[in-house]
Amino acid sequence: MADALQQPALAQPKLAVHDLNVYYGNFQALHAIDLDIQEHAITALIGPSGCGKSTFLRCLNRMNDLIADARVEGSVLLDGEDIYHPRVDVAALRKRVGMVFQRANPFPMSIYDNVAYGPRIHGVRSKERLNHIVESSLRKAALWDEVSDRLNKNAMGLSGGQQQRLCIARLLAVEPEVLLMDEPASALDPISTMHIEELMISLKDAYTIVIVTHNMQEAARVSDTTAFFLNGELVEAGETEQIFHAPREERTEAYISGRFG
Amino acid sequence: MSSSSRTRFDQELTDLAHNLLVMGSAVEQQIRDAVTCLVNHDLKLAEQVIQNDDIVDHYHHQIEDESIRLFATQQPVASDLRTITTALKIIVDLERISDYAENIAQTAARLEDPSLLTPLADIPQMAQIAQTMLRDVLQAYVNRDISLAEEVYQTDDSVDQRYRNVFDTLRHLMESDPRNVYQGMELLLVARYLERIADHITNVADWVIYMVSGTHRRNHKNNGKAEA
Repeated sequence: MADALQQPALAQPKLAVHDLNVYYGNFQALHAIDLDIQEHAITALIGPSGCGKSTFLRCLNRMNDLIADARVEGSVLLDGEDIYHPRVDVAALRKRVGMVFQRANPFPMSIYDNVAYGPRIHGVRSKERLNHIVESSLRKAALWDEVSDRLNKNAMGLSGGQQQRLCIARLLAVEPEVLLMDEPASALDPISTMHIEELMISLKDAYTIVIVTHNMQEAARVSDTTAFFLNGELVEAGETEQIFHAPREERTEAYISGRFG
Repeated sequence: MSSSSRTRFDQELTDLAHNLLVMGSAVEQQIRDAVTCLVNHDLKLAEQVIQNDDIVDHYHHQIEDESIRLFATQQPVASDLRTITTALKIIVDLERISDYAENIAQTAARLEDPSLLTPLADIPQMAQIAQTMLRDVLQAYVNRDISLAEEVYQTDDSVDQRYRNVFDTLRHLMESDPRNVYQGMELLLVARYLERIADHITNVADWVIYMVSGTHRRNHKNNGKAEA
């Protein structure tokens, strides 16, 4: 088992999770998870519904703090510092470690204001500076060319795939280091999915990306490392090529080849 | 994938393995018949071996088409991926073996006087060992048995040894009497075909090891973990 959880020997991880246990009331959702998230790489979390992968993702920027009876034990180190330390500013943490959700959730305001929202909250007032942030964020999110002539139009008028890229642009505008994506393409058609996947690959040089996905092919296509969760346990983590070619654990094999889940 | 579509996929994988065994048995028969027609100077049997190569080719294309269809429709991963890839690789070796059997049958048809075979007991023995190797490797494929595949690999050495014996004997016979040269050259080719047949069977053994362990034999021997 220890062997199955062995990580590729790389530089200091961006995020180091050690002995993480999460409880919702009396229910233990995660059991003693050890996992390193490498910088400038895409880590995919896979597993059947209810396996704990989204819970794990939410632990990485303390989104579980918002759930009343959730309790987190263990450590999550971001660049070597414990994000669960009492002195940590959670708002500042979530600026560094941002999240994209399954359903695109643009604010009911203009495209421009969606992207400028975060920087404004964080005190950016200069119109020139905001213009620059909005354009560069939309460019990084591969959306600029599609919306540059209608920045003042309501974001709700964009297609689903464009809305999801807008949410990514909105996240990039506050200059995060880690992007957490919870099934970012599951509600999108194949072309929009391809755009999101291409975007993820283009972003990984500058960011660290963790993605939860139910789509095995998506995990295989985009990620460098894959971690398989089952019943709140991390069954196996390793290089994506190894996981999909010759997984070490029978439970991984059974899941990825559709024998259950 | 719903469980019923997984059930269908499992059935398709079973069918693939079954077809591969049918092809393997046909190829084993080809080796046996090729050497039998040579030894017994049976021209009718030689003709049959030559014709049966078309049947082996047919199996080859059938399994090839089926494997490609499974790649396209099932997007296999892990052991499914390795099983189908292995089938695609194995059929190439089986098809080549059948081609060599056909070459031996063609030699048998050309050779009016196979009298030199008498001192060359190694030739029928090579054929017999190759048949056993092929049967074992197909068994290893069905049972996903790495150690049996490894044994097949080792057995190849005895085929190589017999090939060298045949080579030395024929060289001696040709040097001592130039009238032996034509027949000697033909029989040397037969021995060479059998030696190549055994090599192709070791390729099959390699792929069986890969299919089961996920690593190739060249890595496998240095990687104890993969044997677990």
